[in-house]
Amino acid sequence: MANPTAEKLSRDEYFYGHKACAGCGGSLAVRAALKVLGQNAVSVLPAGCMSAVGFNFPQLCFSNNSIISTFAGTASMLTGIEAGLRAKGYSDFTAVGFAGDGGTADIGIQALSGAIARNDNIIYICDDNEAYMNTGIQKSGLTPFGARTTTTPAGSNIHGNLRPKKNMFEIAAAHGIPYAATASVGYITDFIKKVEKASKIQGTKYIHVIAPCPTGWGIQPDETVEIAKEVVDCGLWYLAEYENGEFTLNHKPKDFSSVEAYLKKQGRFKHLDLDDIKTIIASRDKKWAYIEKNFAYR
Amino acid sequence: MSRKFLSGNEAFAEGIRLAKPDVISAYPITPQTIVVERLSEMVEDGSLKSDFIHVESEHSALSCAIGASAAGARAFTATSSQGLLYMAECLYYASGGRFPIVMMNADRSTALPWNIYGDQRDSLSQLDSGWIQVYAENAQEALDLALMSWRIAEDKRVSTPVMVNLDGFVLTHTYETVEIPEQAQADKFLPPYVTDNRIDFANPKNLAFSAGPDTNYIFKYKAHTGMLAAKEVVAETETAFAEIFGRQYSGLLDSYRTEDAEIILVTLGSIAGLCREVTDRLRAHGIKAGVVRIRYMRPFPNEEIAAALKNAKAFGVLEKDISFGNEGTVFTNVNSALQKAGIHIPGYNFIGGLGGRNISAGEIGEIFAAIQSGANSVNFLGIDDAEKTGGDGNGKSNS
Ligand SMILES: Cc1ncc(C[n+]2csc(CCOP(=O)(O)OP(=O)(O)O)c2C)c(N)n1
Ligand code: SF4
Ligand SMILES: [Mg+2]
Repeated sequence: MANPTAEKLSRDEYFYGHKACAGCGGSLAVRAALKVLGQNAVSVLPAGCMSAVGFNFPQLCFSNNSIISTFAGTASMLTGIEAGLRAKGYSDFTAVGFAGDGGTADIGIQALSGAIARNDNIIYICDDNEAYMNTGIQKSGLTPFGARTTTTPAGSNIHGNLRPKKNMFEIAAAHGIPYAATASVGYITDFIKKVEKASKIQGTKYIHVIAPCPTGWGIQPDETVEIAKEVVDCGLWYLAEYENGEFTLNHKPKDFSSVEAYLKKQGRFKHLDLDDIKTIIASRDKKWAYIEKNFAYR
Repeated sequence: MSRKFLSGNEAFAEGIRLAKPDVISAYPITPQTIVVERLSEMVEDGSLKSDFIHVESEHSALSCAIGASAAGARAFTATSSQGLLYMAECLYYASGGRFPIVMMNADRSTALPWNIYGDQRDSLSQLDSGWIQVYAENAQEALDLALMSWRIAEDKRVSTPVMVNLDGFVLTHTYETVEIPEQAQADKFLPPYVTDNRIDFANPKNLAFSAGPDTNYIFKYKAHTGMLAAKEVVAETETAFAEIFGRQYSGLLDSYRTEDAEIILVTLGSIAGLCREVTDRLRAHGIKAGVVRIRYMRPFPNEEIAAALKNAKAFGVLEKDISFGNEGTVFTNVNSALQKAGIHIPGYNFIGGLGGRNISAGEIGEIFAAIQSGANSVNFLGIDDAEKTGGDGNGKSNS
């Protein structure tokens, strides 16, 4: 599959019959990535929605070898699997992790950092739905500024989450990782290409994919893909790669679509006032000034 | 076979070299560090063909070992104290997943207050984690356990991880002459690990899954019976070991002069040697003393303890542990064994060696005297105020 697109994807299903909510962006990311990586992918999923919906004995939903790791242990278990299979003489496999934003940027960041520093031959995919969804929509280190979660309630005193998202993509890159990328399930072809590319690179690969959660974001199940596109179009997320020590922007919106429109479609941002929205736009612009300066555009 | 003058840690590392694990993932902590340093050197000089993974924490050390075991590889880790507690989540994970990992734990005090010296509060706090727990007495036993533990863990009837405990410093850092078996003998004793509990590309698996209330208890029951099966497998393994290496071990516990003993001291780990010496001195004065050294805390030797203590008039348990607000955990376990066997004799708990405090021969003599004359239910060595140590203070209490 030299240049895969969604249409050319394998018909085989590797993540099937699970209990994810209708319109779950995370399940879309897992499903698409496994279609790219195929039968010999060994997937590791920590505690979080994707393992909770996929591994309920006897209803086991992966048709490739898959295992739940501890919440903090996605990367360390991937390391062990990769080393163990290699020791047993296998070479034709891909050890791939699918961890949520909390499992990646918070509790699992230490193990992830260790794996990148060792340059273990694994693919680590963070499916970012911007909160701890499996435990009921609590704030994580990747919850954006202003979002209402059950632990950052929006009231007249505090308008939801006060802190911006951690920059996991550049944190991964700062290790000198062979390959890191951002993606969104709204640009599924771009995501698929990045997974395909990662599978051909030796060493640690990190892909950070925005994967909306209708339940936690307060959108309709059929709006997942649209909203995942819009977050890129309005400039609050971006599609980029890091390779050979350089950042590349893959997609440059001509004009940003409306940030306010993006926010106001979602229950989690309904409460934001004009000042909050101005703050969000200002931080977007600052980020893009940085991107213009430091990222090549191809 | 060769002989070398080695510390407990070094002897254990020699045993691990002979066992040839595929993957070693470990994080340094005193007093375990020498093991991982020696293993690293063996990997460097090519005498050990393991993948040594420099993990960034103990949680990752065991998580990595679990991943390797799920790949069908033989995986080893080593830790101590804070590190054991830090990886606690993964202990339950490894045993629940039936991954036969072997770990060496250098028994060390737990903070606070910080202390790097030996006691057994770290490992004993994890008795319920589903690992087989064995306590070595000397460096030779440590080396031999490094080999035997794999055979026990990987036996299909057992499929349970094993934690081999060495008393911090007293055993890990003390030098003894140790017999090192030949690799060919070790290979004969310990065949390569073969399992179905692994990633399989011909027949892909979902591993380490969730199981709800309707099935969860069945998995737990199976883990329990797997652990119980280890009793038989320990015996078989020791017989096979003796045939090849000429050293016979004594199963789940080790009894010394207990047949006709009136007062018996039950303990575990490297302090047992001194207890036996004191026993001999007491015997020379006509006092019928005996010692039971528990080797395996899990599976627990209920029947063996009852058999060893059934003719005694009183017993004591000396342990480097205290479950605050109650008593030492070993004491609780021993009492339960006796109760189940219908043996009702006075028993006293002696808490000693915490934070590496020395236990002297004189103190052990006093313990035997206290067993004979009656003591508080729980006694802290070095503290003789009954109100502070618990018990009812009448000098005759028995729980
Ligand atoms: C050590 C530990 N702490 C907490 C939990 C509880 N827990 C399970 S899933 C989860 C949230 C997962 O959030 P995220 O990683 O973002 O994945 P999502 O469910 O959103 O897909 C939490 C907090 C746990 N399983 N283990
Ligand atoms: S709560 Fe959200 S992330 Fe979890 S399964 Fe439902 S849609 Fe997916
Ligand atoms: Mg999440």
